[in-house]
Amino acid sequence: MDVDKIVEGILSGNKRALARAITFVENEYPEGKEILKRIFPKTGNAHIIGITGFPGVGKSTIVSKLTQEFRARGKTVGIVAIDPGSPFTGGALLGDRLRMDGLDSSKKLWIDPGVFFRSMSSRGRAGGLAAKTGDTVRLMDAFGFDMILVETVGAGQSEVDVIEVADTSIVALMPEMGDDIQINKAGILEIGDIYVVNKADLGGAEKTERWIKAMLMMDQEAVEILSKTTHAQEYEVQTGRIFDKISRAGWTPPVIKTVADRGEGIPELADAIEKHFEYLKNTGKLLETRKHRLSREMIEILVQEIKNYLKKTDKVNFQEMVEKVSKNDLDPHTAVEKMMKSILKDYKD
Amino acid sequence: MEKKVRVLVAKVGLDGHDRGAKVVARFLRDAGFEVIYTGLHRTPQEVAMAAVQEDVDVIGISLHSGAHMTLVPKVLNFIREYGGDPDEMVVLVGGIVPEDEFDGLKALGVDGIFIPGTPISEIVDFIKETVPKKKGMKVKS
Amino acid sequence: MDVDEVRKKREEWDKKCLRPFLEKSGERQEKFENLSWIEIDRIYDPSDIEHLSFTDDIGYPGDYPFTRGVYPTMYRGRLWTMRQFSGFGAAEDTNQRWKLLLKEGQTGLSTAFDFPTLMGLDSDDPLSDGEVGKVGVAIDTLKDFQILFDGIPLDKVSTSFTINPPAAIILAMYTAIGDAQGVPRDQLRGTIQNDMLKEFHAQNTLVLPPEPSVKVITDIFEWGVENVPKFNLISISGYHIREAGSTAVQELAFTIADGMAYVEAAIERGIDIDKLAPQLSFFFNSHNDFFEEIAKFRAARRMWAKIMRDEYGAKDPRSWWLKFHTQTAGCSLTAQQPLNNIVRTTIQAMAAVLGGTQSLHTNSFDEAWALPSEEAVRVALRTQQIIAYESGIPSTIDPLGGSYYVEWLTDKVEKLAWDYIERIRKMGEGSMLRGVFAGIENGFFVKEITNAAARFQREVEEGKRTIVGVNKFTIEEQLKIPILKVDPEVQRRQIERLKKVKAERDNVAVKEALDWLRSAAENDENVMRPILEAVKAYASVGEIMGVLKSVYGTYKKPIII
Repeated sequence: MDVDKIVEGILSGNKRALARAITFVENEYPEGKEILKRIFPKTGNAHIIGITGFPGVGKSTIVSKLTQEFRARGKTVGIVAIDPGSPFTGGALLGDRLRMDGLDSSKKLWIDPGVFFRSMSSRGRAGGLAAKTGDTVRLMDAFGFDMILVETVGAGQSEVDVIEVADTSIVALMPEMGDDIQINKAGILEIGDIYVVNKADLGGAEKTERWIKAMLMMDQEAVEILSKTTHAQEYEVQTGRIFDKISRAGWTPPVIKTVADRGEGIPELADAIEKHFEYLKNTGKLLETRKHRLSREMIEILVQEIKNYLKKTDKVNFQEMVEKVSKNDLDPHTAVEKMMKSILKDYKD
Repeated sequence: MEKKVRVLVAKVGLDGHDRGAKVVARFLRDAGFEVIYTGLHRTPQEVAMAAVQEDVDVIGISLHSGAHMTLVPKVLNFIREYGGDPDEMVVLVGGIVPEDEFDGLKALGVDGIFIPGTPISEIVDFIKETVPKKKGMKVKS
Repeated sequence: MDVDEVRKKREEWDKKCLRPFLEKSGERQEKFENLSWIEIDRIYDPSDIEHLSFTDDIGYPGDYPFTRGVYPTMYRGRLWTMRQFSGFGAAEDTNQRWKLLLKEGQTGLSTAFDFPTLMGLDSDDPLSDGEVGKVGVAIDTLKDFQILFDGIPLDKVSTSFTINPPAAIILAMYTAIGDAQGVPRDQLRGTIQNDMLKEFHAQNTLVLPPEPSVKVITDIFEWGVENVPKFNLISISGYHIREAGSTAVQELAFTIADGMAYVEAAIERGIDIDKLAPQLSFFFNSHNDFFEEIAKFRAARRMWAKIMRDEYGAKDPRSWWLKFHTQTAGCSLTAQQPLNNIVRTTIQAMAAVLGGTQSLHTNSFDEAWALPSEEAVRVALRTQQIIAYESGIPSTIDPLGGSYYVEWLTDKVEKLAWDYIERIRKMGEGSMLRGVFAGIENGFFVKEITNAAARFQREVEEGKRTIVGVNKFTIEEQLKIPILKVDPEVQRRQIERLKKVKAERDNVAVKEALDWLRSAAENDENVMRPILEAVKAYASVGEIMGVLKSVYGTYKKPIII
C-alpha cells in the first residue's frame, strides 16, 4: 500500500489503511510523516479520552464497557492501548485487547465495524504512553472516530503523559487505595478531569472517594482529618498543587463509583465524559489546550528536525563545534549562533 | 526498511488448552517480538479482525481441537474480507495436526506447522527467517 | 532401629567410601532435581524419616491415614478398573467403539465429549462449526444418549463422563436412560467430572461464573445423595492442572484445596458430610517422575483422611477415603518417535498402580497427533493388562511403603502441599471455599501454574531437561501412523438429527420445563429436578445451558499470560 492509497483509505473508512498507517508512523518510516501531513486537515473532531491508573484497578474493563456504552449511544470508538515493552529485549506482550468482551454473542466489540483497537508497546519509554501515541490518535481522528480512548501502560509509574494527548483525563482507582503515599508520589492524582473508583462493590469505596475529594480540596472536613495524619506534609504539597490546577480549570472533577465488570456506573461515567467535553467546548478551553499542546508539539518537532539535520548535513560539523567549546576556543552560545546561521542558509526540504 | 515484528498468537475455537499458546507468547516476547495474545475461545472473525487492526507480520493459530481444516481457512478468508492480505503475513499453525494434513494446510497458505514438543527456539528462528523473505523487510530486535 | 547408629554408619560411609570415590569420578550433575524442582539427595536412610511414625503416618491399608491404600486387600481383592476414555463422532460411532472395548476386556466406560457439548453448546450453534464430533461424541438431546447407550445395560457397567459446565444435564440424561431401561436409580454407577474449580485454574471450559458454578454443583450433590447414591457426583481433578504445566505439588495442593472448597459448600448447604463423602472421587495425572508420582498419590490419601476426619468431622471411616482415577500424562507424549510414548505410558501407569489408584486410563501412543487409532488404543489397554497380569506388582500392597526415599518424598510432597493450602486458606480468611474463589479472582492459581510451565519449557529449551527424541536422541523420521479421521459428515448429520428432534418433540413440555428451570435458578432452588424434566422432554443441552446462562451470567476469565 502506498501513501496515496493509505491516505485515501483512511479518509474513506478503510481499517486496513488505518492499521498500516499506524505501523508506518510507529516505526518512523518516511511514509508515516507524509501520511500525517496529508490527513492533518481532517483532524480535530474526535473527543480524546485518556485513562490512567494503577495496575489491577480494571482499566481495560472500564475501557471495554465504556466502548460498549458509547456504541450504544451511536458513537464510533477508536482505542489505543499501551502495554509496557522491555527496554532490554525490545519484546512486549500486548494483553489489553483480550480483555475486550468474551464468548458472549451479545457483545461483539472485536468485530464491531464502529470500533478499532490498536495495541502498542511503550518500547521502554516512561510516562505511560508509547512515543507515537499522539500521532496514532491523530490518524484515528482523521479516520473519523467520534471518541478515542487511550489506555496507559498502568505499571504504577508516573503515567502523566496522557494529559499531553487527551482532552479528558480519567484517573481510575479502587477501594483501599488511598492513604498510600506511593500513589501520591506517582503524581497521577493531579491530572484527573474525572476520577473513577472501580470495584466499588469491594467495600471501602466511600473512603477512597472522600480521600480523592480531600486531595482535591473539595471536602474541607476531610482535609482537616488528613492534615492530622503522619503524612500531612506530603499531602500539603500535593493538595497545594492540585488546588492550583482546579482553580485554573473551573471544573469540579466528579468522583464516580463503578463496578465495571457488571457495567455499574458506566453510563454515569460516560455522562461525565460527555459533560466534560461540553464544558471544554463552551468555555473555549478545548481550543486553548489543544493550541497549547500544538505549540509544545511544534517545538518538539523543531528540535527533532534540527537534530535530524545535524545528523545528515556536511555544512555543519557538530562534533567539531563540541571540540572547540570543550577546549574553551568558543563558548556554547556563539557556537550555536554560528551553527544556526549555516543551518538557516542551507535548510531546504 | 527495518521494523519490529508484531505477532498475533490466537486461540480459535472452543478448546481451552492455552498452555502452549501462553508459553509461546512469553518466549516470543523474550525473543524481542511484540506479541498480541487473543485469549481463549475466539471466533475466526475476531482473530481475523485483530490481525488486520493490529497489522501483524505473523499470525500463529493454536488449535488442539482437530478443527484446523475448518477454522484456519475461515480465519484467512475473514482476513481477506476485512481488507487484509494473509499472503503478506507469515501464517503459523500450532497444536495437534496429523502429518497427512500438513500439505492441505500449506496449500491454504500456512507457512509453518508446529506440533507438540517443538522447541520454541525453532519457532523463533522460523519467524526471523521467514518474515524478511515474505515481507521484504529487516527484523528489528 | 537406632538412628544414632545409622548416623554413625553414614558418616563412616561418607568418609571412607563416598568421598574418595567422588574425588576420582564426580557425579553427572551438581544437583539432582525432580519435576517439582525438589532437590533429590544421593541416598536416603532411616535418619531421613526419623520424624515419621510407622503407626501414625504409614500404617496399614484400609486403616487411617490410608497412606498405603483405601482397601485392606487392594489389588489382591480386585484389580483397578481399566477405564479408557473414548468417544468421537456421532453417538453411533462411539457406541460401536464402546462395544468393541467391552469385548476387549475393558471393565468400565469413559466418555469423551466434543467441544460444543463440553461448553454446553448445540451442534447447530455458529461457535460449534468445525468442532462437532471432533474430539469426542456430540450430544445435543436425550435422543443422542439413547443411541449412545443402545445395547449397554446400565446395571452392568459403570460409566464415567468427562463433563463439567453441563454436568447436571448429562447426569439427568443418564438417569433418564436408566429409568427407561428399568434400572433402579440406586443401582446406577458412574462418575461425572463436575469439577468447575479446576476449569478456572487450568482447563478453561468456562460458562457460568465461579460462585453459580459451585451452586449448581452443590445442587447436584444435594440431589445425588438422595437419588443416585452409588454415583460419583464429582471427580475432583488435578489432571488438567498438571497438563496446564503445574508441578506435582501444585497439582496435589490445588486439587485438595478444591476438594475442601466443595465440602465446605456442601456443609453450608446442610448436606450430611458422611452421606456425601463416599460419592466424592478424585482424578490425578501420572507424569514422568516415577517416585514423585507415587509419593503424590500416597500423600493425597493421607492428607484427605486428615482433612475429612479432623477438619470437617466426618465420622464414618469410609468418608476419609480418597478414591481416585488416574490418567497417564497426555502432555508427556511426544509427536516425535511416537512409539516411545508406549514406554512413557508404561512407567506412568506403573506409578499409578504403585500409588494405589482405583481406576486408570493409559494414553495411546499416537495422541500427540490425533485421536487414537484402534491399534493404539489396544496397546494402551494391553499395557495395563500386562502390569496387572504379568508384572506381579499387584500381588502385594504398597510395595514401596517403607522405602526411605519414597517415605521421605511422600512426607516432603505433603508438607509442600500443606504450605499452599494454608496460603489459600489465608486468602479466604479461614474459609477454603472463599480462598479458592479469591485465588481464581486474583489469578493466584493461573500465575502459579503458568510460571511452572514456562520454567519447565525454558529448561527444555536450554537442554537442562532431556526429552528423549525431542531435544536429545533425535532422528529424521517419516511417520506412518494410521490416524483416525472423523467423518466430516458428522456435523451435518448431527444438526439434522437435532432439527428432527426439535420438530418432533412436545414443544409445550419443553417450554414448561425450561420455565420451571428458570424460576428455580432465579429463586435459588435446586435445579436438578427441572433439568431432569427438561432432558426427558428432549430439551437440548444448549437450551438448558442457555437458561442457566441467562440467570447466572457468563464468565470472563482474568487473563494471566
